[in-house]
Amino acid sequence: MFYRENGQFKTSYKADQQIFPIPQDRWVILAIVVFAFVGIPLLVDEYLFRAILIPFLILSLAALGVNILVGYCGQITLGAGAFMAVGAYASYNFLIRVSGMPALAAILLGGLTAAAVGIVFGAPSLRVRGLYLAVATLAAQFFWDWAFLRIKWFTNDSSSGSVSVADIELFGWTISTPTDKYLFCLGILVLFSLMAKNLVRGSIGRQWMAIRDMDVAATVIGIRPMYAKLSAFAVSSFYVGVAGALWGMVHLGSWEPAAFSIDRSFQLLFMVIIGGMGAIAGSFFGAAFIVILPIFLNQMLPLVGSLFGLEVSIALVSHVEIMVFGALIVFFLIVEPHGIARLWSTGREKLRLWPFPH
Amino acid sequence: MSGRKIGEVILDLKNISLSFGGVKALQDISFDVREHEVRAIIGPNGAGKSSMLNVINGVYRPQQGEIILRGEHFANMNSYKAAKAGLARTFQNIALFKGMSVLDNIMTGRNLKMKANMLLQAFWLGPAQREELEHRLKVEEIIDFLEIQHIRKTPVGRLPYGLQKRVDLARALAMEPQILLLDEPMAGMNVEEKQDMCRFILDVNDQFGTTVVLIEHDMGVVMDISDRVVVLDYGKKIGDGTPDEVRANPDVISAYLGASH
Repeated sequence: MFYRENGQFKTSYKADQQIFPIPQDRWVILAIVVFAFVGIPLLVDEYLFRAILIPFLILSLAALGVNILVGYCGQITLGAGAFMAVGAYASYNFLIRVSGMPALAAILLGGLTAAAVGIVFGAPSLRVRGLYLAVATLAAQFFWDWAFLRIKWFTNDSSSGSVSVADIELFGWTISTPTDKYLFCLGILVLFSLMAKNLVRGSIGRQWMAIRDMDVAATVIGIRPMYAKLSAFAVSSFYVGVAGALWGMVHLGSWEPAAFSIDRSFQLLFMVIIGGMGAIAGSFFGAAFIVILPIFLNQMLPLVGSLFGLEVSIALVSHVEIMVFGALIVFFLIVEPHGIARLWSTGREKLRLWPFPH
Repeated sequence: MSGRKIGEVILDLKNISLSFGGVKALQDISFDVREHEVRAIIGPNGAGKSSMLNVINGVYRPQQGEIILRGEHFANMNSYKAAKAGLARTFQNIALFKGMSVLDNIMTGRNLKMKANMLLQAFWLGPAQREELEHRLKVEEIIDFLEIQHIRKTPVGRLPYGLQKRVDLARALAMEPQILLLDEPMAGMNVEEKQDMCRFILDVNDQFGTTVVLIEHDMGVVMDISDRVVVLDYGKKIGDGTPDEVRANPDVISAYLGASH
């Protein structure tokens, strides 16, 4: 009823090509962003920041990167965790080895290093696709897991294998409290989401999608598969690498190679599949689903148990949590194989016409 | 047809042979295409018509022969070079980008003409935005031309077959090609859709001066709209000439109707 486009006419192509052509969308998104910057820091306590919100932001960023590659360019990857690790360790090395290196520059350089590594490990995509490509990217995961564990130079010869960084500083603003970290990650996420949206609605995004949907037709139009695929790998790895740098340097502070294991790669891929491939919003939905739902279940199960007069042990909670979580993934994929983002857009379509069915 | 003037030879194919393992898809085929003409390739199923188009725009690489485009020799044609040289094509079984809207599909056809780099695009800065708008303008002209304004924002997967074929043509036209290769543009259409498609092809040829090479099974259509026809059968060329000449050619008649031996 309130979400209608009647009487909204575009008089220029510029107005028609905005990111959010419908004013209601624009205002809602703006309100959400303002609330995230101003409202949440006033309302939320430290635990929520550390356990939910900061991981959600950083993993959203990583999922966004994976979505560019998997959802937009149609190239499957199981090496996202490795690219996060490359981003984290590269930015760590830039920070400690180059004196006077600003933390933000180190994080971005970490992302660029991940992009370069992504191009190298993306090269098999020129020859193989689908599951075979998944296996080829899995090689990246195993290689970097090994490298960061065994090659001491990467970890600055630390004896335990774990590395740690001091609180980072940004133009005189020391990012130490959870609120600071949250705001910093949020700022980067908003900026990067905007960039991703611009990329996918522009000519490079159309090249990626063309390669994804019909590669022969794409080459006939003059799209070079090599450029399209490798640029998708580069941009994707850049995003994932920056996310990795934030995960290590801002969220964890000190970490071991295990922080970016193959579990992380799968988790990111699930986020994209559940959230919605080929939709920017899908990355956020997927990250929210995977980060928040287990914690929510963890809190809810004892309550549900007490309703029935049952004492629920902690071990049981964690088992049931995994079972319910798995069942929900299956349920979502059956109900809407295109992910939560598709549910969201179908909902909006319906709302536009409400209360009429057509 | 109005003020259209058929010019010099623009595309010359010399002794093209293509085989897949033991299957000889094309054997020593030569023909030429003149500027601004409508050139049809006909032949029974499996005659090698689609292979011929695939050779022309570099999807297949022939074992022998050469392609001369505006006097330039292409020994190793590939899709990218072909697209750069002004060749566009449509596909027999529609090859649209299913996940994208009609508008995005056609915009993709402008890809080669868009130059803004990735950084500019990421920040949607001046040149990138300007370029996007310029090309949108061109694309809208094509949308008007093909009368598909109403489906601009629809994902192509949801469109009926006839309209998908039209979007396929629109995407090819967005490249502003000099030579347009059409692979069975009217296959599976009803009479009305065929009439529309014929009109579009003739209009493209007439207004933009685009040279058209088309494969078509509907003999009525072929004889009506083409200037010259080349006939293939089992990978060999059996006839070449104006529709009337081809119609009278005994080899062509026997290939289509069977001959008494």
